[in-house]
Amino acid sequence: MNQAYAVAAVTAVVLATVLIGALGLRISRTTSDFYVASRSVKPGLNAAAISGEYLSAASFLGVAGLVLLQGPEMLWYPVGYTAGYLVLLVLVAAPLRRSGAYTLSDFAEARLESPQVRRLASLFVVGIGWLYLLPQLQGAGLTLEILTGAPDWVGGLVVALVVTGAVAAGGMRSITFVQAFQYWLKLTALLVPALFLTVAWLGDDAPRARFAEPATFREHTVVTVDDTVRVDLDRPLRVTVTGTVDDRRHEREPVALDAGVHRIGAGTSLAFPAHARVPEKAGTDRTGASSWSQPLASSREEHPLYATYGLILATFLGTMGLPHVAVRFYTSPNGTAARRTTLVVLGLIGAFYLLPPVYGALGRIYAPELSLTGEADAAVLVLPDRMIGGLGGDLLGALLAGGAFAAFLSTASGLTMSVAGVLTQDVLPSRGVRHFRLATVLAMAVPLGLSIVTVNVPVADAVGLAFAVSASSFCPLLVLGIWWRGLTPPGAVAGLVVGGGAALTAVMATRAGLPGGGWSHSLLAWPAVWSVPLGFLTMVLVSLATPHRVPATTAATLARLHLPEDLMAKDGTGVGGGAGR
Amino acid sequence: MTGIEIAAVAAAGAVLLAAGIVLGRVTARHGRGDLDLGTPVEHATFHTLHTASLAAPPLRAGLTEDTARKAARRLRSLLGTEALCLTDRESVLAWDGPGGDHHREPVMRRVREMLDSGRSQSVRTDCDDLQCPLRWAVIAPLTGEEGVLGALVAYGSRESAVLVRAATEVARWVSVQLELAELDRSRTRVVEAEIRALRAQISPHFIFNSLAAIASFVRTDPERARELLLEFADFTRYSFRRHGDFTHLADELRSIEQYLALAGARFGDRLKVTLQVAPEVLPVALPFLCLQPLVENAVKHGLEDSTDEFKVTISARDAGAEATVVIEDNGVGMDPERLRRILAGEHTASSGIGLSNVDDRLRQVYGDDYGLVIETGVGAGMKITLRFPKYRAGVHPSSPAGQGRRPGPRTGP
Repeated sequence: MNQAYAVAAVTAVVLATVLIGALGLRISRTTSDFYVASRSVKPGLNAAAISGEYLSAASFLGVAGLVLLQGPEMLWYPVGYTAGYLVLLVLVAAPLRRSGAYTLSDFAEARLESPQVRRLASLFVVGIGWLYLLPQLQGAGLTLEILTGAPDWVGGLVVALVVTGAVAAGGMRSITFVQAFQYWLKLTALLVPALFLTVAWLGDDAPRARFAEPATFREHTVVTVDDTVRVDLDRPLRVTVTGTVDDRRHEREPVALDAGVHRIGAGTSLAFPAHARVPEKAGTDRTGASSWSQPLASSREEHPLYATYGLILATFLGTMGLPHVAVRFYTSPNGTAARRTTLVVLGLIGAFYLLPPVYGALGRIYAPELSLTGEADAAVLVLPDRMIGGLGGDLLGALLAGGAFAAFLSTASGLTMSVAGVLTQDVLPSRGVRHFRLATVLAMAVPLGLSIVTVNVPVADAVGLAFAVSASSFCPLLVLGIWWRGLTPPGAVAGLVVGGGAALTAVMATRAGLPGGGWSHSLLAWPAVWSVPLGFLTMVLVSLATPHRVPATTAATLARLHLPEDLMAKDGTGVGGGAGR
Repeated sequence: MTGIEIAAVAAAGAVLLAAGIVLGRVTARHGRGDLDLGTPVEHATFHTLHTASLAAPPLRAGLTEDTARKAARRLRSLLGTEALCLTDRESVLAWDGPGGDHHREPVMRRVREMLDSGRSQSVRTDCDDLQCPLRWAVIAPLTGEEGVLGALVAYGSRESAVLVRAATEVARWVSVQLELAELDRSRTRVVEAEIRALRAQISPHFIFNSLAAIASFVRTDPERARELLLEFADFTRYSFRRHGDFTHLADELRSIEQYLALAGARFGDRLKVTLQVAPEVLPVALPFLCLQPLVENAVKHGLEDSTDEFKVTISARDAGAEATVVIEDNGVGMDPERLRRILAGEHTASSGIGLSNVDDRLRQVYGDDYGLVIETGVGAGMKITLRFPKYRAGVHPSSPAGQGRRPGPRTGP
């Protein structure tokens, strides 16, 4: 792959982001018959901004990588990422906007009138934000490593520096335009190469990805393994080896490997003949290659059905609690517009998610060795080079690299803004603008440090963990807060601590690589199945036990959340004194 | 790792956490013990002052059932009596301690007697229940600016001069808190009156001048005259709005545009206006009429006090969890010292009421960090910077953003 094109594309994306962010398409006119208020952000623009901020590295790279690794069952990820907005649309969007809250902590305070709940919610906002930033930085590291061969921490550092600089300098002022631009950039960057790749695939007599069989190499292929891996062969294999296999040095010599488990040392190159089967990684508990076509998530788990439900619950219910998504609804002028915006988001995101599976399936055919080297997330980036090659391949690869960086930048900047905002407001002592800069640095430094020390898990998995925490903490708070009169501050605190805390603990244990396997691993890796009901149950029970703590203004607050704004206004002072101080 | 090991790790974590909490508690208590170097008398004084300070906040909200209930508990521990009761002129507001069931009725009779005299008295309760510890009652008046508001009744098991003295002093202290509450209320009333004054501040001159300017277009440019007349109607309708303390930035900006359009019709090319508005901040809620008076001030001084071209730039930007609005003009400016006096409320020039009123209201709603920031000098123009948090508890605009956008035929008042 030609590095120059890719680096140029990444630089162009970074520059465009910073420039649009700083200058923006400012509305600047001299007065005439021009009405600023009629220029409020339209649902279409806001929806593109939400989508742009939402579609992260997990969507751009991770989904294709997982489909390559595990097969169609991984399509639950894009389905879940999209369906989360359906739940948001039905249950949360309009009331959240009408509450007047900017952050989720604001909502907690508006609904429960308790500074304690607000502070606790702020902690969760920061925690979820950091969990979500982590895979963005890791994805950036991976992308830059593949494009330029730089060490894997460089990419994360570049994204961290660009985002911190832009946000701290106030360069993300016209964030709506930046994020809307990023959405269309990402869609273009994925759509155009996909069209070319599909044409190339058709020109190649449209080979099928064999769902029911292990992947095979289409031609003579040399694979270099970066980390030591153990592979499991189900039939003997002849390869040319440079490096160590089963603790024996080889120097460009053909080796016959028996069926069974073999250990391949780091830095070893294996040359596979055409039509050889791609070895399976050992120790991943795969029941056999046929699982590629089964509709259950995570065949590498021992309990695929449980894991699938865990994934569905986390993504369906977790979207509403993502800090960078919630703040975007503030830009809608009213509840109806917020609802309309969510509907458009469903369409935009749904359209986007049609593309990654294409890359995953093509990657299974043309770049199957990625599953061996543990870089499946890179499938999207290497495909143009593999399938088209030459200048065309380079240009398309550069476009994809630019799109991937747009994904890191937009999600990371949105998250950093939200986390830094909450840090300044609720965590650090208030000292004005300079504190916001300090908070920005802090908001980015922690995940950057973590990204260097923690275990690398697939990007889409890592994002799933953030979703699980969000689903167990903010989903009960938002849904019960909006739809149940009886919610009390002690109930909310208990629910956040028990549900969210349990999910957070499980996620931390998983990220620290604590549980090895078995049920304990499944339970900790997919906590949503038990932690979401736990959060709801705790919140309801503790609220029922403390009925005298129901805030006095609950009726007025709920009226404000649910009645359309113009109805409230027609009533003069507002229903139930909701307009009063 | 097995499930048992995980359980063990979790249990160990829980034990460590509990140990940490206990340790923290112990050291905290220890620290406090070390700090309290003082005689028993001083201890007692501190204790009394502390209890009194705890009782003060509820009373600062005035004498109601809710505040009386909260305060009565503190006051009883302050006095150390069997029972304590707070009343207004008609009924018992709060009863703390035993005996509330059968003493409520008789106590109001006593209180009514006391209300006539206005002096505290110690009386026998004549309770029929021999087990009841409430034998003697001290009734002390709670006074405000408008006379006796209610009574504080402290019960003891025997007649005691100490109790009479203590109850009277506590009642006097409560009275001071209630007077402060009245002061708070009247301060709020003053601010509200000022807002009302601001709303009605559209000067007759402005109305005459606007109508005259519109009239001058009626023959030459009827379409423009119609436009201006509608602007005028919208502007006055917004400014005279009766309900709600808060509005949306979008509505406030539209009102400013209407004002500037009308002023522009009168002054023609001399007025140059630039608006830079980030659409993200249009839904921000802010106090009603807190930008328009500033713009009006600028225009009044810039256009009426000189004959040069006058430029106003109004920009609204997104700054994370806040919105920043800047109003800048190239007018005559102001002496910073005079401005400081106006903002401190010492200078009651008619031109300054807008500035100081807006400043007061912003500080009242958002806190002292959010007051006006004004950069100016004589002949150097003026730049006013305002910051609004995107969310603040209790700030709810009473109309949706974009409402009042020039509806068709007007049928209502």
